[in-house]
Amino acid sequence: MAAVFTPIAPRPAPIKTTGAAAWAKKNLFGNPLSTVATVVMIALALWLLPPLFQWAVVNAVVRPDADTCQAARGVGACWGVIVEKWRFIIFGRYPFDSQWRPELAVILLTGLLVVSCIRTFWKPWLAIVWIAVVPVFFWLMGGGFGLAHVPTDNWGGLPLTIMLATFGILFAFPLSILVALGRRSNMPAIRTLCVLYVELIRGVPLISVLFMASFLFPLFMPVGKSPDVLLRVLVGITLFAAAYLAEIVRGGLQAIPRGQVEAAATLGLSYWQTQRKIVLPQALALVVPGIMNSFIAIFKDTSLVTIVSLYELTGALGLALNSDANWRPFKIEGYIFIVLVYFVFCFAMSRYSLWVEKKLGASKNR
Amino acid sequence: MSATAAPIIVFDKVNKWYGDNFHVLRDIDLQVQQGERIVICGPSGSGKSTLIRCVNRLEEHQQGRLVVDGTELADDVKAIERVRKQVGMVFQQFNLFPHLTVLENLTLSPTWVGKMPKKDAEEKAMQQLKRVRIAEQANKYPLQLSGGQQQRVAIARALCLTPKIMLFDEPTSALDPEMIKEVLDVMVELANQGITMLCVTHEMGFAKAVANRVIFMDQGQIVEENNPHDFFDHPKSERTKDFLSKILGH
Repeated sequence: MAAVFTPIAPRPAPIKTTGAAAWAKKNLFGNPLSTVATVVMIALALWLLPPLFQWAVVNAVVRPDADTCQAARGVGACWGVIVEKWRFIIFGRYPFDSQWRPELAVILLTGLLVVSCIRTFWKPWLAIVWIAVVPVFFWLMGGGFGLAHVPTDNWGGLPLTIMLATFGILFAFPLSILVALGRRSNMPAIRTLCVLYVELIRGVPLISVLFMASFLFPLFMPVGKSPDVLLRVLVGITLFAAAYLAEIVRGGLQAIPRGQVEAAATLGLSYWQTQRKIVLPQALALVVPGIMNSFIAIFKDTSLVTIVSLYELTGALGLALNSDANWRPFKIEGYIFIVLVYFVFCFAMSRYSLWVEKKLGASKNR
Repeated sequence: MSATAAPIIVFDKVNKWYGDNFHVLRDIDLQVQQGERIVICGPSGSGKSTLIRCVNRLEEHQQGRLVVDGTELADDVKAIERVRKQVGMVFQQFNLFPHLTVLENLTLSPTWVGKMPKKDAEEKAMQQLKRVRIAEQANKYPLQLSGGQQQRVAIARALCLTPKIMLFDEPTSALDPEMIKEVLDVMVELANQGITMLCVTHEMGFAKAVANRVIFMDQGQIVEENNPHDFFDHPKSERTKDFLSKILGH
């Protein structure tokens, strides 16, 4: 007896799986724990957000008028302090009438950084642009060749933060790769040197490294021969960051199977060719989250240079408000402002890292 | 080829230790003629992989002489480079570069070591991929391929060096049974084209089909070497008989 095939007509699913109600049911009230969490979060929001909104928006004073701000103290935010002091916060003690210079310098450097993050632009000309832009940056900041001289003591605010972070990262990253490779070297002298370097630097706080760079180092130099404080601090930050980065990179190196290096050897690749074409691309791809973690930390750690009298963003805020009794009470608003500035940069870095991870994951996707 | 021609590989009383106490190669004497196809078998830990890995200096021997294609292998880096240009190697675990496409895996050495223009290297790579019948996968990444395909890519990669000698270190041991054949087929073809081959394998069918000589190793020594016919049908030593009964017994 032959079986007869009777097709079943398609029917809609019994439970709706699309639309807002279905989404909420699945994601917010999917199980008892999730329901409790949702209710608690809504309660917290209802409790906290309205007063915050009252303070930050409804009762806020935007006019740069100290008396009005004083009157609203405690009930409303004084955004006027930022309207009044933003130049000082962003550019520190840089001469007011030359302010276009750090503005332009920071736009140039940030623009170049953004461009450098995009793979399409990884061409030989990018290196030339860097070689051209870096001197222009320092020329704009420092003067000379027709521009008034501004000593590095007076550099400050966001340009200083970005500069220290950019060059710190730019020098620390290659150095960290060399140190990580050195720690795995067959040559005991190189290995010991790298281990000593990492352990010594990791054993001390960044503040003490900066202190040494700023105050101790000149004592060993002939009077007046000591390099600029900014340069010394930059070297300090670079050495400090590289030690941490080196350990992250080493973690990646350890994850590469020995067979990869052996295969490269049988193909006739030299040590450096093997590291460059085979080992590092794979090792660094594995540790992108850790590397970006360090980059973000470097960006924020630049705020510590305040203690050696370099007023980057955080330092410039203190300088701006402490020097003016009228505005001194409104530090919270000032801090919220620089928090936002820091957040924009750090969030951008973190999103970029996710994007890089996704790109590099391509070869692993089946 | 005359039998009197100088052998392409000469092991002369080669000894090697791992650490101070593990004597992994003991007084190895072996001569390989150009175009010879040698299968090396033996229990695990017998030193057979170490033996062929000495040929391209992935392992260094500590005593004796080892001459490959007229170059003695010692600490001289230039000599090692010269030998490695003549010796291709295929590993048990393929060791393809997962971050490069199949084509990039093949062109890496010709462009970076051989300084060949990219276009020529790609042309050559495609020829080798055709040779192992996998040309259509050129732009995929290794992990997108099956084990058998990956091993064939690894063979093609080694062939891109145009080596005089090919070393195979258990090339089919990591493969699913149904993929072993496609790799062995490629190896048989290579063997028929006259390349010198040293192959560590337990594929006795392959040994019978292509080998000029089968070498049996145990505890770092060459126990027995013979042509495949006599090796399998009339093994001389008890150790060989015991081993063969284990691997051919089922």
